[in-house]
Amino acid sequence: MSILNTPGSCQPPIHTQVLIIGAGVTGAGLVRDLTLRGIGCILVEQKDLTAGASGANHGLLHSGARYIKSDPASAVECRKENHILKKLAPHCIDTCGGLFVAVAGDDEKYIADFPQLCAQSGISARAVDLADAREMEPALSDRLIAAYAVDDAAIDPFRLTLDNIAQAVDKGARFFRFTRVTGLTVKQSEITAVHLVDTRTGREYTVRAEIVVNAAGAWADQVAAQAGISIPMIYSKGSLLVTQSRITRRVVNRLRLATDADILVPGGTVSILGTTSVRTETPDNIYPEIEEIDHIIEEGAMMIPVLETTRYIRAYCGVRPLVGDANSGDDRKVSRGYALIDHTRDHVDNFITITGGKLTTYRFMAEKAANLVCQRLGIDPACQTCTEPLPASTDGQWTEPGLAPHQWMKQNDPTDLLLCECEMVSRHTVDQIIRNMGRLNITPTLEAIGLRSRVGKGPCQGAFCSQRLTAHLYDRGVFKKNEGIVNLHQFLSERWRGQHPLLWDVPLIQAQLQEAMHCGLFGLELNDPKGQPDKPGAGGGPSGRVNA
Amino acid sequence: MDNLPEISCDLLVIGSGITGMAAALFAANLGIDTVQVGRAGELGFASGFLDLLGVHPVEDGRIWDRPFDGIGALVAEHPRHPYAFLDKKDIQSALSGFVSFLAAHGLPYYTEPGKNLAMITPTGTLKTTYAVPATVQNGVRALAEKASCLVVDFHGLKGFSGRQIVETLDKTWPNLTTRRISFPDTSGELLPEHMALSLESPECRAQLAGEIAPHIHSAEYVALPAILGMYRPMAVFEDLQKQLNRPVFEIPTMPPAIGGLRIKAAFEKALPRLFVRTHYQQKITAVDKQGRNGFRFDVGRDHLRRVITAKGAILASGRFIGGGLTTDRKSVRETLFNLPVFQPVTRSEWHQKSFLDPRGHPINRFGITTDDQWRPLNNNRHPAIPGLFAAGSILAHQDWVRQKCGAGLGITTAFAAVNAFQRFISG
Repeated sequence: MSILNTPGSCQPPIHTQVLIIGAGVTGAGLVRDLTLRGIGCILVEQKDLTAGASGANHGLLHSGARYIKSDPASAVECRKENHILKKLAPHCIDTCGGLFVAVAGDDEKYIADFPQLCAQSGISARAVDLADAREMEPALSDRLIAAYAVDDAAIDPFRLTLDNIAQAVDKGARFFRFTRVTGLTVKQSEITAVHLVDTRTGREYTVRAEIVVNAAGAWADQVAAQAGISIPMIYSKGSLLVTQSRITRRVVNRLRLATDADILVPGGTVSILGTTSVRTETPDNIYPEIEEIDHIIEEGAMMIPVLETTRYIRAYCGVRPLVGDANSGDDRKVSRGYALIDHTRDHVDNFITITGGKLTTYRFMAEKAANLVCQRLGIDPACQTCTEPLPASTDGQWTEPGLAPHQWMKQNDPTDLLLCECEMVSRHTVDQIIRNMGRLNITPTLEAIGLRSRVGKGPCQGAFCSQRLTAHLYDRGVFKKNEGIVNLHQFLSERWRGQHPLLWDVPLIQAQLQEAMHCGLFGLELNDPKGQPDKPGAGGGPSGRVNA
Repeated sequence: MDNLPEISCDLLVIGSGITGMAAALFAANLGIDTVQVGRAGELGFASGFLDLLGVHPVEDGRIWDRPFDGIGALVAEHPRHPYAFLDKKDIQSALSGFVSFLAAHGLPYYTEPGKNLAMITPTGTLKTTYAVPATVQNGVRALAEKASCLVVDFHGLKGFSGRQIVETLDKTWPNLTTRRISFPDTSGELLPEHMALSLESPECRAQLAGEIAPHIHSAEYVALPAILGMYRPMAVFEDLQKQLNRPVFEIPTMPPAIGGLRIKAAFEKALPRLFVRTHYQQKITAVDKQGRNGFRFDVGRDHLRRVITAKGAILASGRFIGGGLTTDRKSVRETLFNLPVFQPVTRSEWHQKSFLDPRGHPINRFGITTDDQWRPLNNNRHPAIPGLFAAGSILAHQDWVRQKCGAGLGITTAFAAVNAFQRFISG
C-alpha cells in the first residue's frame, strides 16, 4: 500500500479507539452511540458542526409518506425513527403533525394509490375532509382536491447535533472543530495514522485510531480518496427559503411523486419552503440561485397561495450526498437511503464510510455504523441510543426561538441590553453562550455565536446586531486588535449568501441600510483584513442555516 | 374631491432627505415659491459627515485626498455619472451655500479647502469625507497628530465600544485609551438622541464633566460618541471643552445617529422662515400631470388630505430606503411618476454574490436617467414630463455608498436642478 500525502509531524500522535471524520448529524449521532457503548472516540470536523447537509435541510422529521412509492425501504426506516425520536428527543421536536395535499391538476392516480401505499409501509395516513383541511390550515389553496393527515414533525437539526455531541463530550469523547484531514497513512491494509491540521492555527498533528469512520457527508469521497479509495457520489443541491413568519401550524407536503418545492415545514416562528434538486460538480461554493428561488416560490404558491406575496428573510442550500450511479437522469430516483461501506472490500480493513441518508434516520445510521465498528473491534456492547433519552444540553438551548426573549422578559433587568433586537438576544444570553463555548474550548466568533443562538437570524439578518455584538465582544475582552473587522467580514459575507437571492421589496431596503452602514460609514469593503479584495465566490461549503 | 384644501405653488420639492432639504433651501434662496413634501425620516440614517467623493475606481478602492481630482478622474471614465453634468464652480457654490446655511443655524462644519479629511468610525476604521461638523474637527487633528486621547463610552449605549476603537486602531493610533462611565442620572439602555437632549441642560453637562475629568490624566484630547446636544451642539461642545480643559471631539455612532438628526432639525426649523411651506410625514398618494397649473398632487390622508398644484417639481425621493424606487421579484419601479428606470432585464444581475465585492452591487447604479437639464428621460430619450426635474440618489449611473459621494451628490444635483427649474419657469 502506498503512503499518501504524509505531512511532517513533530507532535506525538494522539491515540484513540475510534476517529470519526465529520460533525454533521451522522457523526454526532455516531460519537454519542459509540461513547454510550463505552468506546473511546475523537470527532474531527473541518469547519463547525452541521456545516453540510445537516445544517441545510428542511428540519423535517418524516412520517415516511414521502417515500412510499420511490423508496419504500426508506419509508419504513423513517416511520420507525420518527416514533423513536419523538420518544427519546422530544425537546428537539415540534410534534406539529403533517398534511399531504393535492391541488387541481395533480396526478390523480398517485392520489388514489396514496392510502394503499402508506398502509403497505405501515404508515398512518388519515383522509381529511377538504373543508376541515382548510380550517386546520387556512393558508391552503381553495383548489384542494385531496388531503391526508400524517405523523410528520419539525426537528431542530442544530440542537439535535449539539446535544448528541454534548453528551458524548460529557462522557469523555473529544471533539476538534476546524480540523481538516490532510492525509491518511495506509500500511498493510490498515490506516496507521490520520494526519490533521487545525485550520485556524496551522498546527499539524497525528491521530492513531483502531478504526477510522468517514462520516464526511458530501465530502466523503474526498476523505476516502486520501486512502486511495473512490466512492461514486452524486452531489444534488437543494435550495430552501425561510419566511418571516410561520405560515402553517403543520408540515404541508404536496401529494404527488416527490419533486421540487413541495414541502413547507414550520421552524418555530418561521416556515421553510423547498426544495430543488440540481446536480453540481462539487459540494463547495454553492449558492441558492435566483432562478431556483423563483421556481420554488411559484411552485409553492400553487399549494399555499400566500407564498407568492409573503416576505422571505433568507435562502440557503445544501448538497445531498447521494451514493450511486452518476449516469442516472433524475437524482430523486437515486436512493435517499444511507450508504454504509466496509472498506475491507477496498483492502483497507479498519476504515468505514457512513454517508447519505436523511436527518430523520440519522440515529439508525449511527447505530448501524456503530455495530460495524464494534464488529471490527471484536466486541459486542448493545446500542443504547434506541432506548436512552437524549439529554438536553445547555449548548443547544439557545437555538430555540422564543427562549432568549422569554429569559430576558423574566429577568426584567434594565441593564441587560438586547444586542440582537429582532430575535431579542440579550447581553446576558450572549455572555452565557460565550462561557459555554469557553468550557468547550471553542473560540467565540460572530459566526460561532450565530450558529449557537438566533443572533442575526431575524429580519435585519445581522445588519445591526453584528456591530452591537462586536462592540460587546471587545468589551468582554473576547476580541482583540482587528478581530472585529475580520469577524464582521466573515459574518456579513456568510449572511449575504442567503440574503442575495431574496432581495426585493422590504428585504432589499434592509440590505441597502446594511450597505449604507457597513460600507458607507464604516468602509468595511476598503478594510479587508486579509489584505486582498474579497473575491466573489470565496469561501466554501454549503451556505445557510436552516434555523435562519 | 373638489372640497379638499388646495395649495398652489411654483415648485414642489418631493423628498426630505439631504437632497430634498438642499433643493428647498436653494429654491428659497432664489425666491422661488416652494412647497416641500416628505416623510422626514431619512436623515436619521445620515452620519452628519458630508462626503463629496472619496473613492474611485471602487473596484480598486482608491481613496482620493483631493476630491476634485477624484471627480475629474471619475467623470472622464464614467461620462454618465451625475457629476459629469456639473462644473467645479457649481459644485463649490452648492457646497458652500449648504454649509454656510448650516453654520448660520448653529451647525458649523469644518472643511479643508479642496481636500478630503480622515476621521475614525465606531468600528475603528478610518472614513474619508469632505466636511465634518465642528464638533468633530478636533478628531481630525488628533488623528493626524496621533495625539494621546481618551475615548469615553457609556454603560447602556449599544454598538459603541471604546475598547473596539482602541484595539482596532492599535497600529494606526497607539495613543488611545478608553474608559466606560455612567451617563448622569440614567440606567439601562441609552439612545444617542436622549443623551443629546439631556446634555442641553447645564446641570447634566456639569455632572458629565465631573464623571470624565478624573480619567483624563495626561490625555491631550477627549473623544465621546456623537451625543453633544441636538439643537445647540456648539454650546454643549464648547462648555464641555471648557470644563474638561481639553479639546473634545465626537465620534459618530451607529444609526439612527445624532449627526443626521441635527441637520434635519436645523432645516425643519429654518425652511418655514424662508417661506418654504413644508409638509413633513406626508405622502403623495396620487399625481396628475395635466393639472391646471402643471401638476396636481394628492397629499396626505384623512383630515390632512389636501391638493397641491405646482408649475414644476423636483423629484428628490431617494432610492429604496427613501421610497423613490421600489422593487418586486421582477423589476425596479419609480414610485410616483412611473418613470423609466435604467436597469438590466433580470434580478440575477442586481447583486454580487459577495456582500463586500469591491466592484459594488449593480443595483446601486440603477435609477432615473436625465438630460443635462436634470429632466428625467422617457424611453425615447426625451424629457418625460414637462416641468419635472430629478436630483440626488434616485439618479442612475452612480454608487454613492461605495464612491463615498452621498451628501455631495444630493447637494450639488439639488442646486443644479433648482437652477434648471428657474430657467424653465422664467422660460
